[in-house]
Amino acid sequence: MTEQSTNGQAGETPVLLEIKDLKKYFRIGRESLKAVDGISLEIKRGETFGLVGESGCGKSTAGRVLVRLYEPSGGSIIYDGQDVGEAKGEAAKILNRKLQMIFQDPQASLNPRMTVGDIIAEGVDIHHLAADKKERLDKVHELLKTVGLSEEHANRYPHEFSGGQRQRIGVARALAVDPEFIVADEPVSALDVSIQAQVINLMKRLQREKNLTYLFISHDLSVVKYISDRVGVMYLGVLVEMADSEKLYDDPLHPYTQALLSAVPLPDPDLENERERTVLQGDVPSPVFPPSGCRFRTRCPEAMEVCAEIVPDWREIKPGHFTACHLYYDARAEQRESQAATAG
Amino acid sequence: MNGDNVLEVRDLRISFSTYAGEVQAVRGTTFELRRGETLAIVGESGSGKSVAARSIMRLNPDANTIVRGGEILFEDNDLLKLSEKRMQRIRGPKIAMVFQDPMTSLDPTMRVGRQIMEALKKHLGMSGRRATERAVELLDMVGIPNAEARVRQYPHQFSGGMRQRVVIAIALACDPQIFIADEPTTALDVTIQAQILELLRDLQERIGSSVILITHDLGVVASVADRVAVMYSGKVIETGTVREIFYQPKMPYTWGLLASIPLPTADRSQELIPIPGSPPDALDPPKGCPFTARCQYAMKVCAEEMPAYTRFSAEHEAACWLHHDMAPNVEPPAQIGGHR
Repeated sequence: MTEQSTNGQAGETPVLLEIKDLKKYFRIGRESLKAVDGISLEIKRGETFGLVGESGCGKSTAGRVLVRLYEPSGGSIIYDGQDVGEAKGEAAKILNRKLQMIFQDPQASLNPRMTVGDIIAEGVDIHHLAADKKERLDKVHELLKTVGLSEEHANRYPHEFSGGQRQRIGVARALAVDPEFIVADEPVSALDVSIQAQVINLMKRLQREKNLTYLFISHDLSVVKYISDRVGVMYLGVLVEMADSEKLYDDPLHPYTQALLSAVPLPDPDLENERERTVLQGDVPSPVFPPSGCRFRTRCPEAMEVCAEIVPDWREIKPGHFTACHLYYDARAEQRESQAATAG
Repeated sequence: MNGDNVLEVRDLRISFSTYAGEVQAVRGTTFELRRGETLAIVGESGSGKSVAARSIMRLNPDANTIVRGGEILFEDNDLLKLSEKRMQRIRGPKIAMVFQDPMTSLDPTMRVGRQIMEALKKHLGMSGRRATERAVELLDMVGIPNAEARVRQYPHQFSGGMRQRVVIAIALACDPQIFIADEPTTALDVTIQAQILELLRDLQERIGSSVILITHDLGVVASVADRVAVMYSGKVIETGTVREIFYQPKMPYTWGLLASIPLPTADRSQELIPIPGSPPDALDPPKGCPFTARCQYAMKVCAEEMPAYTRFSAEHEAACWLHHDMAPNVEPPAQIGGHR
């Protein structure tokens, strides 16, 4: 995949996070699993960037690399003008504070042997954000109220809470260190629908109040559309399409995005009855041996010969709407032209 | 039993004894399954939908399950009263079930073909060779390519979607009259979910069994169900045809469910309307309507007494005091009910 960029619409809001050709490979015996295989994108301050894709597409790995839970295998992450990979010591610690994460499973991500107050204040202690015990406690109480819990919850343990309340604790912990950027990895997927809406509304409110920037990772396309300003669609470790959230849903360009949208069953029986579906055949291929050319070609209803031979370029097809697909340009013709130019 | 019904569940009450006390999972659930229909039972986690379904198969753990009352009528028998031996002749050949996680429903040490043949040999008395042929046919029917080679493979050699197809093939092996699917697509990705839902619709047309689909996903309900029963805190609080439930819901909990899902067509600036609070504790369920504490329309009577069902059409019933003659007139939120 060639250089991806969103420079087409620069100049409005400053870019907070820039990812260039980011890669993360995991070794499996002699082979390597290419979980993230060269993604590039920019996230602006104050926006919500949604990352969608099916399990195994690399969306969570990408999020984890961003908050440095994993070391990247290649590429770079520039946060607010600073290269995250180069940051050491004190600088790295400051970055850790600014970049926080909310996890999918609120059960597994909270230490069962710590009180909620200590869980929330752990970051405060590490980063010395409270001068004394009283300030620390005040902070915990304020955070609990911010996320819709109450002061007395500070002395309880995670198992005493419901799923939705635990996710609120996860949000409070992330907020405790005054972050600027939050990676939310499937934050509502483990919750019931009625509780999902509570957490989504909470995240939206906090974003307004604290000018937070979100990377919102989810497999649920409806939720992603609702919360995101822009959305990127991943398939087998690469981005296949990126656009404003409305545009992506109204006018999907890549056949994978089209199939993904058509696969979501809508809570409207009449609409469901009338809908024509493109049901994709087969499964996602192994990320250890991804297909040549375009990775989606083995399941693509519109695959052509060229798709197996040439990796499609990442191009801006419409203003602010990017995709990597051979349907939108003639790769062979361009190759011939450039060969003719070098020969001539 | 009504002639159109293949199964009737009447006032079912199931509890579990735990260290903390008696968990009242199902508290008076009534529904029936018509011949050839797909009935969706929707509800959130803890609403009792899976426990109710497992009771039909008598799969709840013997050690701590307490049947507090009710009956499950199938072929003039009360399934709750049958001996385990007779139950074994129903479970599988007559009523079959598919679970959420296909990996835990399959035996990892056994070839897939043998797992399908097990039922064929035991219940239909097929010979080894005939059963192998039938296993290949079944895998083929559920859309597994290269079925002849696949019967000889182990579950780990299949992907999640393919495993769920194998489980469905096992469930359908003896042409059951009732097919219960408990969250069959929840563990799967959307594109795979679409494949499985298509398969289920297609199979129902071909085989004509009656299906109970248990799910929390209203999109799935809208795309496959004929009728819907909405469960909350161990009770069916509203039931009706799929169009009635989605377009003319009558119970505030159903309103809340419908209003809290973000639709792809929704306006992003509009806030989702969550249902405040969380479901009641099954250890100590409230005496009145279980939704009272979270209901913005709740009245005094709601906390005191469970409302009776009000009938709105041949199929549509809801348990809510708002439909009592003396109750104030309340309109559902604007987002729902308005379609078409």
